[in-house]
Amino acid sequence: MDAGPALFSILRQGDYLIASIHTALDDSQMLRLQQDLIDQVGRHRARGVIIDVAPLDVIDSFATATLRNLAEMTRLRGARTVIVGIQPDVAYAMVELGMNTATIETALDLEEGLRHLNRPRSPDPSRPHSVGLFG
Amino acid sequence: MTQDSPSAKKLSADFPTIDRADEEQLLPQLVSHLREHRTRLRQDWAGRIDGAHLLQAMTPQEMAAETTSVYDNYVEVLETGSVEALQHYARDLSERIIPRGVETHEVVGIVLLLRDVLARSLFEKYQGDFAYLNRVLDAYEPAANRIANTVAVSFVEERERVIRQQQDAIRELSTPVLPVRERLLILPIIGVLDSERARQLTEQLLIAIRTHRAQVVVVDITGAPDVDETVANHLVRTVDASRLMGASVIITGVSPEIAQTLVTIGVDLNKMNTIGDLQGGLEAAERMLGYTVTRSEEKGG
Repeated sequence: MDAGPALFSILRQGDYLIASIHTALDDSQMLRLQQDLIDQVGRHRARGVIIDVAPLDVIDSFATATLRNLAEMTRLRGARTVIVGIQPDVAYAMVELGMNTATIETALDLEEGLRHLNRPRSPDPSRPHSVGLFG
Repeated sequence: MTQDSPSAKKLSADFPTIDRADEEQLLPQLVSHLREHRTRLRQDWAGRIDGAHLLQAMTPQEMAAETTSVYDNYVEVLETGSVEALQHYARDLSERIIPRGVETHEVVGIVLLLRDVLARSLFEKYQGDFAYLNRVLDAYEPAANRIANTVAVSFVEERERVIRQQQDAIRELSTPVLPVRERLLILPIIGVLDSERARQLTEQLLIAIRTHRAQVVVVDITGAPDVDETVANHLVRTVDASRLMGASVIITGVSPEIAQTLVTIGVDLNKMNTIGDLQGGLEAAERMLGYTVTRSEEKGG
């Protein structure tokens, strides 16, 4: 699959795929991210997907819908998806604009996302944490 | 103290023969009359304030001091026609007496009483000559009214300033986001939530979630008297936005009134995780984070 210019990158980490979005994506690039991820989930037999959206200062309704669909599609292919790194004002804008975010799994940052995938309902607070890392 | 200065005596002695065409002399004459009878008039005034049950919050000593200085300022403004000094004094006075619960009607009341007391003394003095009395009053009344106006406006302005200041203080103080444990924040909401405050509160919470890497937030609304539909929807959005940041929200302290309001206005509360009181909320949050709090055996033995 043609990755094109590096607007996002998909890394494999054990059983998980980590997709870092580097800059604002337009609708077609969003769709390409979706396509790439679904392909790679199968290729790498991934159990989880983390999408890091920290650099985005806007997540519009199309992006929200794409992420929601993406999560559902990867689930059908056997992997859970967690969105990480949503900025405070982005989160606020998303709910203010009434976007349907109910089914999206989220975590604070990459580290929390990994932990979320490892221990979905009982996170381990005794583990010392470090500064969040963004792609 | 009565001023028995020779010039004052001379003035009042000269009164019948004074040049009545000289309008400009009226106010200075009036002023020296008021200065001359300062003690008696001030006491008259204080008596009437007492009779009207005004300024009950002040001690007699304070009353004496304040009435004296109000009187002096009053006469000075009559003399100079400059209200700036009085404005300054009135603002000062307001600053002192507002915290003691002095009301607007009292302040306006005492100034009007002083105006009446002084007017009566003028009647008394000039009652033999009605044409002259008229002219004295023509000179006195606008000045006196301007003073009453100035004092009232200064007082109200000062009050408004205090109110604004307190509103700012409340706004800043009332939305603290408190870290209680690693990854656990408490947001106690105290006082009336309007949509502006609710918005501000959400912003602060979201930023704090990132700063403290919080996983659970307990929002305690025990101190909120009531919520309306806007605010309730805002709470729901706060919960959603926090979840997008990866934190779960527990709402505690929903009063019977608020519970009724929320259900009656039909806010979608399915996503709200509510627990009766703050203690229960904290315990639930600790469970979610995997903490177990146990009481040490040796303690309190």
